[in-house]
This record gives sequence, structure tokens and C-alpha cells, in this order.
Amino acid sequence: MNRSTSRSWWKTAVGLLLTGVMLFPVYWMVNVSFTRDQDMRKSPPDLFPAHGTLAGYRTVLDEQLPYLATSLVVALGTVVLTVALAAPAGYALAKLRPRGGGVLSFLLLAAQMVPGIIMAMGFYAIYLQLGLLQTVPGLIVADSTLAVPFAVLIFTAFMSGIPGELLQAAQMDGARALRTFWSIVLPMSRNAVVTVSLFAFLWSWSDFVFANTLVNGGAHEPITLGVYHYIGNNNQEWNAIMATAVVASLPAAVILVLAQRYVAAGVTTGAVKD
Amino acid sequence: MNDTKQLPDRRSAHDRNGAATTAPPRGPARVRRRPASSQWAAWAFLAPVTLYLALFYAYPLYRNLDLSLRDYTVRSFVEGDAPFIGLANYQKVFDDPTFAPALLHTVVFTAVCLVFQYAIGLALAVFFHQHFRLSTTLRALFLVPWLLPLIVSASTWSWMFNSDSGIVNAALHAVGVGPVNWLTSPDWSLTSVIIANIWIGVPFNLVVLHSGLQSVPGSLYEAAALDGANAWQRFWRITFPLLRPVSAITLLLGLVYTLKVFDIIWIMTKGGPADSSTTFATWSYQLGFGNLLPAFGPGAAVGNLLVVAALVFGLVYVRAQRKQALS
Repeated sequence: MNRSTSRSWWKTAVGLLLTGVMLFPVYWMVNVSFTRDQDMRKSPPDLFPAHGTLAGYRTVLDEQLPYLATSLVVALGTVVLTVALAAPAGYALAKLRPRGGGVLSFLLLAAQMVPGIIMAMGFYAIYLQLGLLQTVPGLIVADSTLAVPFAVLIFTAFMSGIPGELLQAAQMDGARALRTFWSIVLPMSRNAVVTVSLFAFLWSWSDFVFANTLVNGGAHEPITLGVYHYIGNNNQEWNAIMATAVVASLPAAVILVLAQRYVAAGVTTGAVKD
Repeated sequence: MNDTKQLPDRRSAHDRNGAATTAPPRGPARVRRRPASSQWAAWAFLAPVTLYLALFYAYPLYRNLDLSLRDYTVRSFVEGDAPFIGLANYQKVFDDPTFAPALLHTVVFTAVCLVFQYAIGLALAVFFHQHFRLSTTLRALFLVPWLLPLIVSASTWSWMFNSDSGIVNAALHAVGVGPVNWLTSPDWSLTSVIIANIWIGVPFNLVVLHSGLQSVPGSLYEAAALDGANAWQRFWRITFPLLRPVSAITLLLGLVYTLKVFDIIWIMTKGGPADSSTTFATWSYQLGFGNLLPAFGPGAAVGNLLVVAALVFGLVYVRAQRKQALS
């Protein structure tokens, strides 16, 4: 008894150490964000922000709020668009089993293999003609391509698990497919909606490639470009750069704390990230 | 019919536990012949996504193919009258002095990242599969690098790798190794972006392999322990072989994703110095968007080579997954 508890403590210690090593870059980002300008080039660097300063964060508040607002709008728009497109498709593939559904599932899998830069080039060419470059709706549509195929697969997997008797009972009562979907399938799929929304939000919030090709230099740029311009324009104020990076990471942190199990479920049900 | 066969296969892959028992009894006739009205309903639900795929995947891909076969300048790009030049852009790309290094870097980057991400991910998965205090919480924390925006990870690593004031060189100095110009020397730039990308990819491998471990029956380990097998033998004789299908899918997915890694390299080194960390992904972007005078045609050509590679491995992935679903 005694022996096994001591062994388990030893494992916890190793686990803590490994996690510490893995998360060191994250700690370092936070540390640098609080470091004073004059300590930035110190050698060796301070391991703790002993003379901490909030100057970096003050700069974020002064300069980055519009970027953050754009990111929020774009990410929420992407979530709505993704769920609206993918949930009905998941229902059809899981429960209505149409002819040709297998081909469509295959195309959705293949769509996830297309490199983002290729999509960006194609979108650039199309948006140039349509006049959608540097617009928020244009970026929302482009960002949704990161999540839609993944979302359909998640919805299909999840909705397959809804008992068929329930849907048949609804049909007996005279409900048509749309009603069955809206008042039975969708409410029962809340977990899938949460998982899909989390990933759609996170990927759209994190997107750099589409932002840099489609809205760079426009009136509405997301926070990823905010960070990117910072690195490009000054490589002196690393506390401000890292403070922006910390702020840009907040959604990830919040999602991890609040919805850890949805994230794990999403990764293992066929998660994808590029 | 091929497509009517695929769907039940996919289903069984996902709802093997649970739904298979609760699903209504499906006679063969039911699967084959749905009433026509239900077909209409199904395609009404699928119509938005189908249209979406056509507009936002197929059409950009087609535009990209078209771009690669024409001689584009900025002017003709806007006016849309670029002359058709066949495969000349591809010829140009193959003859380019950047081609060989970019191919080499793509292969090295992908292979090294895959091996380390998988090995580290597997070791951590086995470690965190044990039950000890905080194991679930710590495993969740490992997801952080994977959830962070790539611009954040890339800029953090850029600062850590800074030649003069970076923590990496400070640590090396502490153990008596001289400073390394991680991002500014052609000898080290590829290594630097590989290290950063391994760090980003480990969590994905950890989570997927960990979920694979949970399906390995514990009774096998008990039997092996009775036979006197040590931990090392148990890993190589039981864990590793039983994990093979999950490993195959993890590696294939990793391959497809690593092939197209762009953000990390672009943000940290822009493919430089002197193309020393250029891969197909960054080269394509460099040609299309990185210069004052964009070379859309050759850029699209390089990109299409990347698409072909990704789709080939993607097909292997789909086959592997279907095989696993059947078994």
C-alpha cells in the first residue's frame, strides 16, 4: 500500500516535470510580456519578471483593440456559417442515407487534405474579381473552409448515435424531415454543436494564411495580423509583441479550461489541424 | 453500387459502441431502397454543403490549375486575358535552382517532424496512460501548444531563438556552448523551424495515441505480467503491435498536415536565409505573394505539386481508415 502511493507520487513528479518542459515556451511568452524594455537584452535573461511592467499590455490596449474586435466578429461569423452548413449535412449523411452520400463523405475527407496556401491563392483570384478582397464577409467565408468538412464529419459521427426509434416516432406523429431535424436531432446534438463551434472559433481566430492574403492592408484586420505587423515593424519592443501574443492566446486558454473534454473528443473523432 | 456500400461502412466505424445496438433493424431492402421523397429530403439537407464544396473548394482548385497553365502578370490577372502556355510554368519550376533544395527541405522537414512527433507523442501517451495523481489534468495541459494560434507559437520561438538575447542561447552559454545563429544562419534555420513544429505537433500525437491505448485490453498485460514479462517487453510485444492501426492513421494524417506546414516557417524565417528553410509550401507562397512582382503561374504550379502529394497520401489515409473500420 505504502509503496504504491510513493510510486504514484514519483510519477506525478515526472509528469509535472514533463509538462513544465513542454509548456516552457508558453511561460516564456508570459514572462517576456512583463519584462521591462531595458531588461529585454539582458544576458542571461531574467527567468522571472522581477521588475515586472505592464507597459506591453498598455500598448496592446492602445493599439490592438480594433484587431481583437475584428477577430471576434470573424470567428463568431465563422461559427454560425459552419454550424448552419454542417449540421443539416451531418443529419442527412447519418440518418437519411442518400444515394451518393458516400461519395460526398469521401470528397469532404479529401477537401481537408488541400493545403491552405492553395486555397488562399484560389480565393485571392476569385475575390479579386468579385471585389471581396479586404472585406470581413470574405474572410469569414474563407475561414469557414478550415472547419466545414471537419464539422460535417463530427456531426455525422455524432448523429449516427441518435436512436432511430426516436426519429421514427416523430415520423409517426407526422413530422417531416425538417421538423424532425429542428426539434429532435439538433437539440440532441448539443455536444456536437459545442465541439464544432469550439474548433471553428479557434481555427478562425488563429488563421494567418487567409488573413495575410485576403485582408492584409485593409480596414479590418484580425489579431493574427496585429501580431505579425508588430514583428515586422519593430523587433525592439518584444514585451509588447509577447503581450499581444498572450492576449491572442486567451481564447485557447479559456476553451481549454472550460471545454477540455470537447476538445479531446474533437481531436480523436477525426480531428484535423493545418 | 459503390456509394451505397460505403456509407454503412463509415457508420460502423463511428458508432461501433452504442448506436449499432440501438439503431433500427435495417433489412437489406431498407438500405437499398429508400422512398423517393426521402431521397429528395436528404439532398435538400445536403444541397448547401454540396454547393459550398463546389464554390469554395472545387472552384479555387480549378482556378489554381488554370493559373498554373497561363502566363499571368498583375495586369492580365486583373483583366483576365492571360495567354495559355500549357506546362511551361511547370517546366520553369522544375528548372528553377530552388527546386532541388525545396524538395529536399520538404522531405527532411516532413520526415524529421513526423518521427519525433510520433516518438515523443507515443512515449508521453504511454506515460500518461498510467493512473497517478494529476495525470488527467497534466495531459489536458499538453494540448496548449496545439491550441495556440500559430502566429503566437512562431513569434515566441523566434524570440527564444534570438541570437543575442534568446533564452536558448543563454541556456547553451550556461553549459559552455557558444551562441548559435538559429534563425539567421543557413546551417540552422531548417533545424529551428523543425524544433518549433515538433513542439506544436506532439499534443495531437499524444491525444490520438492515448485514445488508442485505451482500447488495448488490460487483461493482456495481466497475462503477460504473470508470464514474467518486464515493462519493456510488454511495450514491444503488446502495446506497440496492438497500436499499429492507430499509429498508421496518426502518421498518415501527420504526413498530410506536415507537408503543407506554412505559417511556422514563413513567420520564423520566411524560408530563408538564402532559401535554407524553403519548402514547397513557402516557395509557392513566395512566388505568388512574396515579391513585388508576383509570379502567380509558377506559384500555382508549385502549389499544385503539393496538392497532388497531399491527395496521394490522403487517399492512402482514406483506404487505411476504411480497412480499419472493416476489421
